[in-house]
Amino acid sequence: MTNEATIAVGQNALDWKLPSSRKAAIICLILTETCIFSIFVAAYVFYIGKSLTGPTPREVLDLPILSTICLLSSSVTITLAERAFNRDRIGRFKIFWLATIVLAAIFLASTAVEWHRLIYQKGLTISTNLFGTTFYSLVGLHASHVIVGMCLLLLVFILSLRGHVNIMHRERLQMISWYWHFVDAVWIVVFTVVYVIGR
Amino acid sequence: MAAQEISLISSAPPRSSLIDRLHGLVVTVDHKKLGLMYIGTALLFLVVAGLMAMVMRWQLAIPNNHLVPPDVFNRLFTMHGTAMVFLVGMPILAGLGNYLVPLMIGARDMAFPRLNAFGYWMFLFGGLLLYFSYLGAPGLSGHGSAPDVGWFAYAPLTGRAFSRGHSTDYWILSLLLTGIGTTVSSINVIATAVSMRCRGMTLMRMPLFVWMMIVTNFMILLVMPALSVAQIMLLIDRYLGGRFFDTQAGGSALLWQHFFWIFGHPEVYILMIPGFACVSEIVPVFSRKPIFGYPVMVGATTMIGLISMGVWAHHMFSVGMTSTGNTFFAISTMLVAVPTGIKIFNWLGTMYGGKIHFEVPMIFCLGMLFQFLIAGLTGIMLAVVPFDWQLTDSYFVVAHFHYVLIGGLLFALFAGFYYWYPKAFGRMLNRKLGLWHFWLFTIGFHLTFDTMHIPGLLGMPRRIYTYDAGRGWETLNLITSLGALVQAAGILCLVINLLRSLKKGEVAGNDPWDAWTLEWATSSPPPEYNFETLPVVRSRRPLWDLKHPEDPDWKYEG
Repeated sequence: MTNEATIAVGQNALDWKLPSSRKAAIICLILTETCIFSIFVAAYVFYIGKSLTGPTPREVLDLPILSTICLLSSSVTITLAERAFNRDRIGRFKIFWLATIVLAAIFLASTAVEWHRLIYQKGLTISTNLFGTTFYSLVGLHASHVIVGMCLLLLVFILSLRGHVNIMHRERLQMISWYWHFVDAVWIVVFTVVYVIGR
Repeated sequence: MAAQEISLISSAPPRSSLIDRLHGLVVTVDHKKLGLMYIGTALLFLVVAGLMAMVMRWQLAIPNNHLVPPDVFNRLFTMHGTAMVFLVGMPILAGLGNYLVPLMIGARDMAFPRLNAFGYWMFLFGGLLLYFSYLGAPGLSGHGSAPDVGWFAYAPLTGRAFSRGHSTDYWILSLLLTGIGTTVSSINVIATAVSMRCRGMTLMRMPLFVWMMIVTNFMILLVMPALSVAQIMLLIDRYLGGRFFDTQAGGSALLWQHFFWIFGHPEVYILMIPGFACVSEIVPVFSRKPIFGYPVMVGATTMIGLISMGVWAHHMFSVGMTSTGNTFFAISTMLVAVPTGIKIFNWLGTMYGGKIHFEVPMIFCLGMLFQFLIAGLTGIMLAVVPFDWQLTDSYFVVAHFHYVLIGGLLFALFAGFYYWYPKAFGRMLNRKLGLWHFWLFTIGFHLTFDTMHIPGLLGMPRRIYTYDAGRGWETLNLITSLGALVQAAGILCLVINLLRSLKKGEVAGNDPWDAWTLEWATSSPPPEYNFETLPVVRSRRPLWDLKHPEDPDWKYEG
């Protein structure tokens, strides 16, 4: 395109700067994921107390205090890792990044233990009653998000061990950590709805 | 040196074999190719789903007809509706957005070209999966064929007990796939519009087309999950023995309706707003005036987006909600008419005092304005709860939403095709064939859908496969079916025109309409990199500024 006229008058716009497309995209992704969770949460709340047969949440659910603490503190460790990364302290970054992975793994493991207990001891499966259906789908959806996040975290960790992660990837790491914060925030909602209100 | 190489490549495209060109389509990440692939595929599905409608009209043309048995008829209307919404409407809007948004904002491609290609292939395979159900759904058990539960697939019809075999599973899985494709394409369009605008293109200088694409794609992000989640729940019910929509275990069939329409109603606006977007670009150019009330148009579009998310239960007045619920949804539904009316007045205001050029795109826009107004008026009638109680699930409703989606949306999209075809292929569409298309399609449309309101008022329910003689529906249905034939003749003119003009059309040049937005600043068809040097804009009509340096727009815009 030849547009001498517009170029000539456009010199005052030298400081033209737009938001990063990565950030825009991840915000959009988080927005649409929020809507996904909202619908599952709505279904859960709608069906609280509507099961025609047992077991009820009060009979079988225990508060998952340990796993909650782990998941929420993983938000702190990933922030610390990011901060270390931005200050170019790669060793510190790796330690905190690994800590995040370990905390996420503990969360998933305790979910696994909880589900094993519910299925084999309490006899609650996804087809037992409405509580089972909504519980496993909502908590399972969240857990699958944790798994996806953990894959991303692991990928970065392995690449960083091989020395492939450098300052050029700063924004990518930031996006992963935004996603991770989102997964944690969702857990607060799930915890409140499933274990506090729903019990 | 590098620039020279580029110009050499663009001026003499090497002739390649069919295999090479197909391979090029498969591996491409170019937003223009993908946009055209979206639209081309959607037009194929349009023809298939349109032919299904023709069969239904043939069946209904005379009473007690037994051309197709009832179960086949159920599959026909389900596949027609599903395909028209998800395999025609959605991909055309994705295609237009893909093709035009980067060009209009002066960018070289979308923000995420590979994601863009991924979205297209998800749509294509989702669509093929839906149609494959005719062969694949019987599976080993031998039950079922294509989906037959209607495009909104109400529970409990979709439960394991009532929908045996795999037909409903095909419906779920194919729409989940296209849903993923649509979502990534929306993310891409928004990220592109937010982050890739050329220098000087502030938000309030973007073409209205881009604004409306942003709004419509935001709506997709917000409501598409409702459908996907409801479908995942249905899958859980069907395969894992879940209880979401199982009324015998305390589940609620009504919940499906809420979830479906939380998606389903905004979906109508998601489809409609790209139509508005086309009209908002075309009407000013052929009225030779800038759009009237640009900021108000932006505001009205956003308002439509917001309000339309709070109206879904007007599809459910007859299920027995509380009167508070009915009142709320009736009022919110009527409220949508306000920003929509603002838009119609702004288009009229743009034309008022303008020097109107009656080119084919403009003629389609005029048809759209008139028909969309009527569609909106019957919409307000249906928002009145007692009126809806009387007429819900009758042919009046069918006539209403076809009036919106054909009389409003499809006319706007046709206008867009005639307007941007020269840009995409470098050749004009034939005006004479275009006028044949317009008049045949308009006459056929009015024969079919004006008439269709009346059997609805007389009590003819939708989705019946035949009816007895002597109810006063015969003549009306016959006229409706004949109108469908006339419409098909119109579509044939379009198809011939689209194919014939590829080779024989008049050469268009860069800017055949003397238009003002950036896509007309580059060659037709645009080179792969769109712009040699990225443009710089200072007003909403950069090409006007370029053509009229003595009287540029930026002197008057704030």
